[in-house]
Amino acid sequence: MSEFLSANLPKFGSVFSAIAIFFLVLGAVFLIAGRASGKKARPIALLIFLGPALLLLLAGLVIPGVRTVLFSFMNPDSNGWVGLANYRWMIQDPNVKIIMINTILWVMVVPLFTAALGLLLAVMLDRIKHESIPKSLLFMPMAISFVGASIIFKFVYQYREPGEVQIGLLSAVVKFLGFTPSDWMLSKPLNTFLLMIIYVWTQMGFGMVILSAAIKAVPSEIVEASALDGAHGWRLFRNITFPMVKGTFIVVLATGVVGALKVFDIVRTMTGGNFSTNVLANEMYSQTFVQFDQGKGSALSVILFLLVAPILAYNIRSLKKERAH
Amino acid sequence: MAKTLATHTPGRKIFSSKIATTVVWFITVIWTIPTVGLLVTSFKTTKNILGVAWWNSLLHPDFTLENYKNVFFGDGTESLSTGVLPYFINSIVITLPATIFPIVIATMAAYALAWIRFRGSDFLFFSIFALQIVPLQMALVPLLLLFTGGAHIGSIPIFPALGIAGSFAGIWLPHTMFALPLAIYLLHNFIASLPRELMEAAFVDGANHFMVFRRIILPLSIPGIASIAIFQFLWVWNDLLVALTFASGTEEVAPLNSKLASLVGQYGSGYTQLSSGAFITIAIPLIVFFSLQRYFVRGLLAGSVK
Repeated sequence: MSEFLSANLPKFGSVFSAIAIFFLVLGAVFLIAGRASGKKARPIALLIFLGPALLLLLAGLVIPGVRTVLFSFMNPDSNGWVGLANYRWMIQDPNVKIIMINTILWVMVVPLFTAALGLLLAVMLDRIKHESIPKSLLFMPMAISFVGASIIFKFVYQYREPGEVQIGLLSAVVKFLGFTPSDWMLSKPLNTFLLMIIYVWTQMGFGMVILSAAIKAVPSEIVEASALDGAHGWRLFRNITFPMVKGTFIVVLATGVVGALKVFDIVRTMTGGNFSTNVLANEMYSQTFVQFDQGKGSALSVILFLLVAPILAYNIRSLKKERAH
Repeated sequence: MAKTLATHTPGRKIFSSKIATTVVWFITVIWTIPTVGLLVTSFKTTKNILGVAWWNSLLHPDFTLENYKNVFFGDGTESLSTGVLPYFINSIVITLPATIFPIVIATMAAYALAWIRFRGSDFLFFSIFALQIVPLQMALVPLLLLFTGGAHIGSIPIFPALGIAGSFAGIWLPHTMFALPLAIYLLHNFIASLPRELMEAAFVDGANHFMVFRRIILPLSIPGIASIAIFQFLWVWNDLLVALTFASGTEEVAPLNSKLASLVGQYGSGYTQLSSGAFITIAIPLIVFFSLQRYFVRGLLAGSVK
């Protein structure tokens, strides 16, 4: 017990002193800089307000980003140039081919499912009483980490030898339906789709909530007017509701594409990238921190950047446009 | 026609409300079952976990608090000799500064960009805004090298080795850096929309930028800051990649989430450890979620591009 205290009490000391020092320094700087007057006051204020952020962005994102691009043309230890060798490896290596195929699968399936299910639920939630309870429960997995969600589904996907009690829900349901369950994480290519379910489970609520807000924002006069014109049911949805929320739907899709490209925690926790389930972001981590090949790892993250950047740029632009309205 | 309208007002619906209610609740139940399964499993004994499926043990309850005690304080097994309590403490120690630091720094920057106009301030704002497209994977290795070895041009050191790799500061700093583009962008939107007259009146009364920031900007920005803070808090608490890269896996600094991930990899760790460990990890985010749901939704919607 005393050993535990002596190891852990200082941690609280360090967090409180870090926060205290941070605010004390800030307070002191504010006090001293506030005394400056006349011509110097404005540049000093600018430096103090903007300086820390710019320094951190430069040291934390801009310079590292550029260095990663350089590293991608270098050897594993980043001390000699290798030209395009790391990129050539990506094209030629059969394992990377599997990784790329899986990543493409993730990008094609996951965003569509997340957004479509989110839209379906948003439309239906608009129709029912007491919508806040199901909405909360459907949205709740968003607060759970991918690692936590993976463990939740590790239990769902649990498989045991025939003759033993099936304690995993999936195996039990399959058995109940009269089929033979198998070791799900080893069954290709089903395992990749089972991993995708975990992602959809956590992220669907996001699409549902913002699409639900968008649907509620559709002016009811428009809906009523078109109902008077005889549009209802599916036709009303296709001709009126969907076009009005299309922008939001695309943002949800794009967010899903970026998330699917970056997926790492789920694959690492569930299979470690084995059994043909590996994806780009997980391979980037293993090349860098398991194989200690900074060249290949950096090349993979450059590819990730090139894939993510245009979509995020689009997403940010449409979010900005939406805010402007 | 009149009849249709009477039953379908306002008419935006494509499903009858009965079908909608059934489908929504059906999906809600399916969506909730996995978490309930984990919760029930976490209270079962090892023998009971393997022998009786959790949905059956609801009918024949045989629960214990032993798992939580063992997982919190250690059960003497190799994978969990000291329990997750030190990691739980680490998560708190990591998350608080990693939420406070970026938000304070971002609020300051957002104020400068919005209210201390200078030549190029729009361009600078746009550049920071555009940095959001850099995935943090791009920055990991060089940042880690910077922490351990400093930076050199040729053999001339231009940045000292901070020597903070593997310490709490070495995790606070990357989280702070990675949070800034989004936080500055969102807070700028918020702060720029505050009424100009407030600031002008204060300046006429002789206040300087620092007083205006403290007495006007900060208090008025609290709602915006709160939702971004909740988003950042959950992001840091649930993060795995930054923790794996910048915290060694030891109980001195590693957070709960990365400990949990390592438990999965170890074959020695049993179902009892995994289930109760996972529930301890997700408990804090769930409490935050259910108690601050409105802020949470707002922060999440705002933060959707991260």
